[in-house]
Amino acid sequence: MKSLLSFIIRYHYFILFILIECFSITLVVNNSDYHKAIFLNSSSNISGRMYEYVHSVSQYFDLKTTNIRLNRALAHLKSRSEIAYKRKNVEELKKTDSLYIKQYYFIPAQVINNTVNRQNNYITLNVGKNHGVKKEMGVFSSDGIIGVVKDVSDNYASVISVLNRNLKISAMVKHSGYFGSLYWDGIDYHYVIMKDLPNHISISKGDTIITSGYSAIFPKGILIGKVFKVNEIKEGAFMSVLVELSADFKRLSHVIIVKNQLKEEQQSIEKNSKYD
Amino acid sequence: MIRYLPRNIFRFIFLVLLQVLVLNNIQFSGYINPYLYVLFILLLPFETPGWLLLVFAFFLGLSVDIFSDTIGMHASASVFMAFLRPFVLQLIAPRDGYEIGKLPRVYYYGIVWFFKYSFLLILLHHLFLFSIEVFNFNSYYLILVRTFLSVIFTTVLVIISQYIIFRK
Repeated sequence: MKSLLSFIIRYHYFILFILIECFSITLVVNNSDYHKAIFLNSSSNISGRMYEYVHSVSQYFDLKTTNIRLNRALAHLKSRSEIAYKRKNVEELKKTDSLYIKQYYFIPAQVINNTVNRQNNYITLNVGKNHGVKKEMGVFSSDGIIGVVKDVSDNYASVISVLNRNLKISAMVKHSGYFGSLYWDGIDYHYVIMKDLPNHISISKGDTIITSGYSAIFPKGILIGKVFKVNEIKEGAFMSVLVELSADFKRLSHVIIVKNQLKEEQQSIEKNSKYD
Repeated sequence: MIRYLPRNIFRFIFLVLLQVLVLNNIQFSGYINPYLYVLFILLLPFETPGWLLLVFAFFLGLSVDIFSDTIGMHASASVFMAFLRPFVLQLIAPRDGYEIGKLPRVYYYGIVWFFKYSFLLILLHHLFLFSIEVFNFNSYYLILVRTFLSVIFTTVLVIISQYIIFRK
């Protein structure tokens, strides 16, 4: 016992280092498993509140461009709304709509913290449980997709950005309908890689890439970006392309969260058929 | 030792805030991020006991982590750096050793010594940080490029800070 004690005292520096280092690395590993250590990340209240305060100042610098973009998005929506169409037949409009049920709700939010320079980037939003946000909801802006909600606290949400090596998104080539999966390689925040596309399809620079809607997180048809380069090297029966993101991740401000009413239903039926 | 405490606590808070509010928003070409907060560990007095060094480093890294959603990454990197600090100090000790009452600053030991000291430790810190960030060794080329560019940037900032803020 005495010799053990003297050993500990003699090498206390090294032992303490090993202990703290193991503890830190456990934190890293558990956190990448991304359900634990919730209480410490930036959706927790102290840092969330501070970022919100900082953002309330810094958002003024972006005000002009944000207004222009919001205006553009508004014009786009207006052109789809009722007032943009002329009534064809008055009687038709009186019928109640039993053909469609509402599947998606959209929650507006503001980005209060955002990074693009790490390998695993996260975004903090100023909405949380109180506003109806839950885990694994999709997030997009008027320009394109942004990410998926990772954690929520009462008033804040932490979002895994598309610029995160842990996130994969199901994507689709708009004109042909072939789908693949989209991920970031950690190099340049303008570009992501879309892989698992079949070898034989024709795809060229400038083709539009949209969300496929298979994953129940995003509705089908949200813009992701445009094909920037087609990789010459084929990987077996599949190929990959470099996609230029349409959203500028360096200047995110206003985003929209997708709430899918039918998500549980889709996931439960998919789960059932998995075990067959 | 005790008389250094208030100014070190102030420096701790100042550097963490500077890091998370200003420097984390600086990136050139997606590669280069300065991590100036390690300056806190560099500037601790020579006679700081080892265990305190490690504890300080852990909380320093953890505070940066909490604000940047990277739990454990900066904490483990700065603990690693703090652990190696006494060995680096030994390695580059001037001929007469370190005198009690002096601090690890350009003012006392000159620019060459300080450059060696800060460059070595910042290199170790950044190498550890970027390796643990990627967590696999497939993209070692990317890690090396990012490490060297960021090390240069951080070292320049640390040395500039010696001439502007911590002159004595």
